[in-house]
Amino acid sequence: MTALAPGVDEARTRAFPFPGRNFLSILDLDPVHVGELLNLADGFVALNRQKSKKLDLLKGRTLINLFFEASTRTQSSFELAGKRLGADVVNMSPRASSIVKGETLVDTAVTLNAMQPDILVVRHASSGAASLLSQKVSCSVINAGDGQHEHPTQALLDALSMRRAFGHVDGLTVAICGDVLHSRVARSNVALLTMLGANVRVVGPPTLMPADVDRWGVEVHQDLKTGIAGADVVMMLRLQLERMQGVLVPSTREYFRLWGLDREKLARAAEGVRVMHPGPMNRGVEIDSDVADDLAVSLIQDQVEMGVAVRMAVLAALAARLENR
Amino acid sequence: MSARPVAFINARLLDPESGYDGPGSLIVSAGAIADLSKGVNASDLSQDMRVIDAQGALLCPGLIDLRVKTGEPGAEPKETLKSAARAAAAGGVTSIVVQPDTDPVIDDPAVVDFILRRARDIELVHVYPAGAATEGLRGLGMAEIGLMREAGCVYVTNVDSPIRDSRVMRRLLAYAGGLGVLVSHRPSDPWLSADAVATEGEFAGRMGLAAEPVAGETIMLERDMALVELTGARFMVDQISAAAPLESLARAKARGLPVIATASINHLSFNELDIGDYRTFCKLAPPLRCEDDRLALVDSLASGLVDIVVSAHAPAPPEEKRLPYDEAAPGAIGLQTLLPALLTLHHEGRVPLARLIGAVTLGPARAIGSSAGRLSVGSPADLVLCDIDAPILIDAAALISKSKNSAFDGRRLQGAVLMTLVDGRIVHEA
Repeated sequence: MTALAPGVDEARTRAFPFPGRNFLSILDLDPVHVGELLNLADGFVALNRQKSKKLDLLKGRTLINLFFEASTRTQSSFELAGKRLGADVVNMSPRASSIVKGETLVDTAVTLNAMQPDILVVRHASSGAASLLSQKVSCSVINAGDGQHEHPTQALLDALSMRRAFGHVDGLTVAICGDVLHSRVARSNVALLTMLGANVRVVGPPTLMPADVDRWGVEVHQDLKTGIAGADVVMMLRLQLERMQGVLVPSTREYFRLWGLDREKLARAAEGVRVMHPGPMNRGVEIDSDVADDLAVSLIQDQVEMGVAVRMAVLAALAARLENR
Repeated sequence: MSARPVAFINARLLDPESGYDGPGSLIVSAGAIADLSKGVNASDLSQDMRVIDAQGALLCPGLIDLRVKTGEPGAEPKETLKSAARAAAAGGVTSIVVQPDTDPVIDDPAVVDFILRRARDIELVHVYPAGAATEGLRGLGMAEIGLMREAGCVYVTNVDSPIRDSRVMRRLLAYAGGLGVLVSHRPSDPWLSADAVATEGEFAGRMGLAAEPVAGETIMLERDMALVELTGARFMVDQISAAAPLESLARAKARGLPVIATASINHLSFNELDIGDYRTFCKLAPPLRCEDDRLALVDSLASGLVDIVVSAHAPAPPEEKRLPYDEAAPGAIGLQTLLPALLTLHHEGRVPLARLIGAVTLGPARAIGSSAGRLSVGSPADLVLCDIDAPILIDAAALISKSKNSAFDGRRLQGAVLMTLVDGRIVHEA
């Protein structure tokens, strides 16, 4: 065992390289690989808390962050993850690139691919965009959010946060609340948490629920109070402001009254309940500051920390696969 | 220019009008069917004839495709009338009705005339224009329906821009009905289908695709049926696609309304799961439905509730298809694959062969008042000779259309077009 840092076991990254060339969806993983990625990420959490955070697992590798949608936390999380593993990281955003000049997504990807990057991290407003890119480039593609489809690294960091808080994920009751219809975070979390044996509920008004969501293997609740009753984890989703102006819900104040999480509603959850949010939060819309800022219940800061570690784990496992190739 | 007479012997003749499906021979002379018989009379065959031994292959009327888009005029890199006509000939399609959503829109007799003159110069298959129902397809004021009919358009339609305003639709139906012009309309509620790229349900939900409920099609169809009842106009439902609107159609037909309906070969062949990993070639309008809807559509074709099958040929080049799913253009090409794809329903035992052939020959011929679409002495010699059992592999890149967006790419089908004749001229020979 080559101990690179406390808890980081490089041999295991080689023993369990990433199962495919790309990471587009939670469905690219099986429970064994998820467990290995989370173990690896645990090690990176310890590393990231040290003064010296650098490893050279990705030394010589080039990672391009290609974010067509604005993002602060995911983009900086991938950037830090790449740099801490020794990769050269380049950030591209649509305003700076030629997308605005009419170049298509595929043309941009092919152009970047010709610069021989090893890993392309993509965020795009269209469902399926990351998959389309992966078909046109020869490097590895990581989906950092495609439209309303998936955001797989978010689900992994959420699972890691839960596993560290409770010691396990299987058997936990997790209520995912709010705008499930437009949420890629919800889709990836439902896929991963059901795979890991959690009891998943989705909670929200019918206008924010996907059609036939009851076939996703989850319990569906309209009422937040019954939806979070006895839940170990309450995961609140962001409600986009443009969806509130009387189109899908009548108003922000009505939404907060019925589906916003405050301490009174949270009292119905299980003892020791932890609250999560993928960020950025709309305080006073889907979540009360009183709950969000209470470090005894909120895992929201942990989620951000886990984000860097999980992305390091994914990058390390992908790099191990590149070595093996 | 009169083509050399042709005699087909040892063919399997199928005439959707008389219902005859059996062995026979057929003689083509002066652009028309000159003789039909169950056997061969040597005395009928003359020296100057080209005698073709069909060896049991199917000889039936050439296909009439009522919904074809080209890029001419205005978007010729997608498809020209000539490339579409060549694809049609190779697919056994002898008449195509081109849609009016061109640039400029076919909402003026001069554009109708332009299309007809171009088609005459190309001299391959029959090309008929459909006229725009409303000026500029904007859904507000009526286009010059009467003048376009005089110029040669065979029906009017608003193509893929449903007419929202019920009063406009009522007046259109009353006016066109008075002139005896067929009105075609695709039932789609513009609000329920706004921004939608898939059919609402578990699949679209998991894929994160903006989706429309089938109810949008039912609502618009029910409105149209009520307005047909009010006005008595001849009406064609464009691309009915799901079980619920089929029930509405059945009720309208049972009430005796002058309604016919088309289905696209795509909706008879695929369901929403064929979208798979965001395949934009399966992005269609209306979007692909669930398997229960597809099977209901197939059953309705078998029963005759659905009268006509169209290819819904809609060429789109890579720059319109090689995009994220929600940004890609809808539509797929289909002229060359229409016949073999349709034959799948025969090979699967779901729809009788005569019914299938009728839905692409006699059915559309009656809709547009054409004397083609049947095998009878004196009718135009628009014919297709097809080995209905021959296995073929669809390779989109090898198809004739300028755009290669075939939803059937990579599919194994049965049915090879051996020869296509238009007005007695051989326009395609394998």
